Amino acid sequence: MNVIDLSGGQLALAALLVVALAGSTQLARLDIGATMLIAALRTVVQLSLIGLVLEALFAVAALPWIALMALVMLLMAGREVTARQKHRLRGGWAFGIGTLSMFISAFSVTVLTLIVVIGPTPWYAPQYAIPLLGMMLGNTMTGVALGLDRLTDAVWRQRAVIENRLMLGHRWQDAIGDARRDAMRSGMIPIINGMAAAGIVSLPGMMTGQILAGAAPTLAVKYQILIMFTITAGTGFGTLAAVMAASRRLFDERERLRIDRLGR
Amino acid sequence: MTTFPSTAAHPVDPTPPPCPDTAALVVTDLAVGPLSGVSMHVPAGRILALSGPSGSGKSRLLRALADLDPHRGAVTLGTMQQRAVPAHAWRQAVMMVPADSQWWGDTVGAHFPAGTPCGLVELGLDAAVMGWQVSRLSSGEKQRLAVLRAVAHTPRALLLDEPTANLDVDTTRRVEAWLSAQARQHGWPVVWVAHDPAQIERVADQHLRIAGSALSPAA
Repeated sequence: MNVIDLSGGQLALAALLVVALAGSTQLARLDIGATMLIAALRTVVQLSLIGLVLEALFAVAALPWIALMALVMLLMAGREVTARQKHRLRGGWAFGIGTLSMFISAFSVTVLTLIVVIGPTPWYAPQYAIPLLGMMLGNTMTGVALGLDRLTDAVWRQRAVIENRLMLGHRWQDAIGDARRDAMRSGMIPIINGMAAAGIVSLPGMMTGQILAGAAPTLAVKYQILIMFTITAGTGFGTLAAVMAASRRLFDERERLRIDRLGR
Repeated sequence: MTTFPSTAAHPVDPTPPPCPDTAALVVTDLAVGPLSGVSMHVPAGRILALSGPSGSGKSRLLRALADLDPHRGAVTLGTMQQRAVPAHAWRQAVMMVPADSQWWGDTVGAHFPAGTPCGLVELGLDAAVMGWQVSRLSSGEKQRLAVLRAVAHTPRALLLDEPTANLDVDTTRRVEAWLSAQARQHGWPVVWVAHDPAQIERVADQHLRIAGSALSPAA
């Protein structure tokens, strides 16, 4: 299992491609060159840091440190979900609902997978737990963010329709039903598409990584299938929980649409 | 539908309502937006006209009566108290028709309970309108259909926000006549927001005007 080492110079070559792209977008006046370069820089800094953290974590392999790492990952994901919404719930509810729904879905599915399916010893072995949780959170985050953004945006735009339905005596669940179903669907579509295209259109990242690292393709495939299923479950349940909680929060105890609870 | 004892209606009503489940709409010391201390009594089958300058809180008052905006004070319909019943049940009974009605389905019929609604001919609408696309409706047709849609949801009181704003003179008269007759026949208390003094003269049994933060009887 020999992996060819990469030198800094080889990475710089790849970085040149991104710089070339940023230059081109600048020429085309797309106005995203700076954003792209900052994002590329963040990739380098964040991944280098996480590499160091993971090496330390793997060396220690103690549950409290792994739990702390997991908590930090969760909070960052919660921040990201909040940032991706145009109209978000005020008063910390956007962060709270996003984080809590990711916690109950991504965490429980990860722990379940570790204990019941993979079964490393100890069950929290960081070589398994951290990458698994990372993939889970990354995808759940996308689903939750998409779902919440679609929900709050739809409610913002269709508030007159929702209120007119309330006036006709509809329950709040019926009045917001269309927007809620749309939001749940759009949160889950990426992962469904991902499953449908896996292996035909795209070779999933984790499987590619394992094969590059020298694992047998059939074993890599088994892991990938496991990951796809657990990610789907985590994303799906996380999106359902987040959209349900957020839509409930948009109404008060008298089933009034409280558009004042949404901000910019 | 729940029936309410007719004793709930005020005792001096000279024409007792024909339906057993009719009752007066009573508002006590309500405060919402710029308004405060609003009290009123709309007997079953009677129309109360509400007027006032734009921005004076007419729509806010209707929204509070339908419990769509947080407010203070008590609203009752007969023995039914606004706070004591689930909000959707209250709104189904005390139904508001907004000034700009909303249509979310493709066809007109998708917004109505099954069956042909009453009043199509009386309001000058095409009998086939239920099968039409919503995008085909004019603003006047939407406004009349919004009234019919509310009535088709079997309310027990109506809150109308300028229900004839987009209508020509002839159609306005039709809507006034039909709504007045329906209110009397079913014993609905009606709060009708209107601008036109002549219309208020034609339809209203009482007329309140918003002056500052309070309602005052208009001559």
